[in-house]
Amino acid sequence: MCTVCGYGEGDTQIEGHDHQHDHDHSEHLHHDHGEQHGHTHDYGLGPAHAHAPGMTQSRMVQIEQDILSKNNQYAAANRRYFQEHGILGLNLVSSPGSGKTTLLTRTIDDLQPDFAIAVIEGDQQTTNDAERIRATGVKALQINTGKGCHLDGHMVGHALETLKPEEGSLLFIENVGNLVCPAAFDLGEAHKVAILSVTEGEDKPLKYPDMFHAADLMLLNKIDLLPYLSFDVERCIAYAQQVNPRIKVIQLSATTGEGMQAWYQWIAVTRQIVLVGHPALAV
Amino acid sequence: MHEMSLCEGVLLALEENAISQGYKRVKTVWLEIGALSGVEPEAMYFGFDVVMNETLADGARLEIIHLPGEAWCMQCSQSVQVSARYEACPECGSYQLHVTGGEEMRIKELEVD
Repeated sequence: MCTVCGYGEGDTQIEGHDHQHDHDHSEHLHHDHGEQHGHTHDYGLGPAHAHAPGMTQSRMVQIEQDILSKNNQYAAANRRYFQEHGILGLNLVSSPGSGKTTLLTRTIDDLQPDFAIAVIEGDQQTTNDAERIRATGVKALQINTGKGCHLDGHMVGHALETLKPEEGSLLFIENVGNLVCPAAFDLGEAHKVAILSVTEGEDKPLKYPDMFHAADLMLLNKIDLLPYLSFDVERCIAYAQQVNPRIKVIQLSATTGEGMQAWYQWIAVTRQIVLVGHPALAV
Repeated sequence: MHEMSLCEGVLLALEENAISQGYKRVKTVWLEIGALSGVEPEAMYFGFDVVMNETLADGARLEIIHLPGEAWCMQCSQSVQVSARYEACPECGSYQLHVTGGEEMRIKELEVD
């Protein structure tokens, strides 16, 4: 169990997890409410306010702490877990409607004979996506973030407790459809994979530079529709490289299967790196 | 709108720090926010008031210290200022920039009782 619950998840729901995160933050402090009320006349006064002798004095505290440090601790714990169990964790990020779940179900269908696969699905509401994934026969767990716009390291840590991915497996984490917020939150994944479909604007890498900067791979999806669109593939790739010179790009179509082999090849190679130090798991 | 989550991260840090440093109220919070951090200061101010409501930082003032985006230009071998990730080097126009600063999202200091 998590010992530090209190990351303000509000109405986050993890399937099969009855642990509720709703709580009052002030509980952590065990306030003496009587004393607190006794000081209310002090609040809101400017720094020049002269305190009577014996009254509490304001003081400065140097804290120098990263705002995301808590999330980063959870992410580091997840990363350690992945490393110990030889799991390749991929964080799939995109706008809603980029074809992420279709891409994922096709990937699972094609790779299932060769690899153990598990999926964590993040959406604000419904378990529809996890059900779609479970229909392929692999383990999947839905996280509903409620009002939240992204998954965080803490939610994923809890999901791992329930999901228990197999040693040496592939773990796909399908983040909430959003090209902004998930960029900042490390989940402990080996790589962020950004999925962009050609039905979206080719300038999305420039409009959402943080996400394309954070991703190591961009999958340009739905290329079977290119003949009907005025999407400039070369320009899109140039934009992505402008934001992130290291980014790799694979063009594919989850519907026709074109380009999917290159994606599988990338997964296989990336997994080999994760399995260094786990000779028994390498196949 | 992940600023709300960031504010919750700030609150969590304050609650932990309040125990270790022995204070009960936070009056002012100074945050360092870099130009390339993806944080919208206006949303941060809004989220801060909402998240801090009825906590040890209820009514606290938020001060944001803006830090510029900095990058090392590999073409002209010098540090330059940038305001977005996709910008070219203002000196030579190259995109071969390595971001060296401006990604900060840090709680710098607090005024506490």
